[in-house]
Amino acid sequence: MRGNFAPWDDPSERPLISVDKVTKRFGGVTAVDGLSLDIYAREFFALLGPSGCGKTTLLRMLAGFETPDAGRIQLAGEDMARVPPYRRPTNMMFQSYALFPHLTVAANIGFGLRQERMPRGERDARVAEMLALVKLEDCAGRKPHQLSGGQRQRVALARALAKRPKVLLLDEPLAALDKKLRAETQFELMNLQVRLGTTFVIVTHDQQEAMTVAHRMGVMDRGRLMQVATPAEIYERPNSRWVADFIGDVNLIEGTVVDVQPDAVELDSVAGPRLRLAANPQARPGLRVWLALRPEQLRITTAVSGSENVLAGRVSDIAYLGDVSIYKVRLASGGDVKVSIVNLSRRDGEPIRSDDAVFLTFAPGAGVMLTS
Amino acid sequence: MPVAGTFARSRSVWALVLIPGLWLVVLFLVPCLIILKISLSQTALAQPPYTPVFDWTGGWAGLKTFLSGLSVSNYVALANDTLYIASYLKSLQIAALATLMLLLIGYPIAYGIAQTKGRAQAFLVLLVILPFWTSFLIRIYAWITILQHDGLLNRALIGLRLIDAPVSWLASDTAIYIGLVYSYLPFMVLPLYATLQKLDPTLLEAAADLGARRWKAFWSITLPLSLPGAAAGALLCFIPIVGEFVVPDLLGGSETMMIGQTLWLEFFANRDWPIASAIAVVLLCLLVGPIALFDNLRARQLRSRS
Repeated sequence: MRGNFAPWDDPSERPLISVDKVTKRFGGVTAVDGLSLDIYAREFFALLGPSGCGKTTLLRMLAGFETPDAGRIQLAGEDMARVPPYRRPTNMMFQSYALFPHLTVAANIGFGLRQERMPRGERDARVAEMLALVKLEDCAGRKPHQLSGGQRQRVALARALAKRPKVLLLDEPLAALDKKLRAETQFELMNLQVRLGTTFVIVTHDQQEAMTVAHRMGVMDRGRLMQVATPAEIYERPNSRWVADFIGDVNLIEGTVVDVQPDAVELDSVAGPRLRLAANPQARPGLRVWLALRPEQLRITTAVSGSENVLAGRVSDIAYLGDVSIYKVRLASGGDVKVSIVNLSRRDGEPIRSDDAVFLTFAPGAGVMLTS
Repeated sequence: MPVAGTFARSRSVWALVLIPGLWLVVLFLVPCLIILKISLSQTALAQPPYTPVFDWTGGWAGLKTFLSGLSVSNYVALANDTLYIASYLKSLQIAALATLMLLLIGYPIAYGIAQTKGRAQAFLVLLVILPFWTSFLIRIYAWITILQHDGLLNRALIGLRLIDAPVSWLASDTAIYIGLVYSYLPFMVLPLYATLQKLDPTLLEAAADLGARRWKAFWSITLPLSLPGAAAGALLCFIPIVGEFVVPDLLGGSETMMIGQTLWLEFFANRDWPIASAIAVVLLCLLVGPIALFDNLRARQLRSRS
């Protein structure tokens, strides 16, 4: 579904939203720090980061609720500096939904259309269309407090989409839903986004959610973008220890480059033996690096097989999660490494038990060498 | 164990209901019934100044003569005397108009306070409550000195060359309205403030996001959502103002009296306890409507919050 869509790689493509060196301070706190970002039409973009990283502030600046202290925000080529929220081609879905409690579902959805003085008949038709879109046809006359949490979420979505905005801003839109409903709604959001062709910008602290729905995601920390890329790229080629650690589980092994060959890099690591990695243009002898290995990129065995990239250790903990098991291994050199194994067949007894001596191996191309 | 717990709880719940219940019966229901009884009696030069008086020693016959002595003649008198009817109408009219003024003055004050933040807000609320720390009577006497012929108001207006000669403010309906609006303003501002302050500011952001300018967002979101507070404030002012005595007595004129003054006159000057009681009973009946409305509104608010 998302195969060919990559306007960010096309130099002739102009971004729909262009954030240029934007800074926002609250008192002494810098919420957004010289941040630049381009988002393209029809893109589903996720802003991901720990709480307090400035992602919501950035979203609120796009909506016009906050004004940047420095820098510029352009939307469809127009500078947004002096455009108030009520005249922006963006609509926002609020984390608390912010439904008007005294208005019916239909009146909530039609509120924005009323503001732009859309004729009655046209407005009713649009509201009906929106109700059908979120499958709430039967609830048109109800008040928000008569709805379930999931229904309220859909009303908020329909209300934000009713004016057909160029950009839909979503602030933690699924945070209030329970886990199962959240997963379903994520797919509904993706389908909706493809169907409408609207640009979606979502703010979330849930990395699974961001990776599920987004074409690209921006990982933020302390007001800065740490990396902007597709979910797969961020997971498989994080550009820093911080990103590698923030997205998913990772084992970081510190080392020093000792030998650079045309097809491989060798490093001395704190984990013990000399490690052999795939070639890397940044590598030069003496460089301090970190090897980032995902738990699923390691193999765990009780007997040594091969001689390349073998780490010896002892199992200190096993967590059985149903689909996978996580083994925590204390290396002979000290330090802990996590290994995950997919449980392909039903286990009768434990092949590897706690306190067993084990060997961990990984292919030279498995991990990522990080320099920062 | 759960059974015993439930039993203990139901007993303590009973005690909890019984104490305020007893309080209401002794200090509210019984006096009300006494007033109702006096309103059905006739005035007499006696101690107490009405007949019949129930005599416990008379037995069945005594009870019979007691009951035959009661009549609705006082109510008939009230209905036939335009003086009383005019007094009731005057009270309702003053209360309605004063409540309207209170709404128009109190709403911007409450809105302004709700807009401020933190310590400034607490300070402004304190300013609203502050007058309660001085005796109500003293504050009304202070208004007399402000409104009198050579009082503060006239001197200020002459000093500003807005008027040439002193205006007689006192002993007029204007003075009553000034006194009422001044005295009841906190009762209007506080419930309005409480409602406005609870209003979720993201609702206004949502309205702006959907294309509503500031005043439009106020009109379509803030105002309708603050109506329960406005209604609570209005009833909190209207109900006591109808029966108000001190303000019209000290600041008002003598041409038409509010019902509180009429009642006072009948009770203390004419020593006609039965007719005074009848006036009170009719007043109570007039106010039952608004009170029931208030109660209904509060119950609805409580329900919508849960």
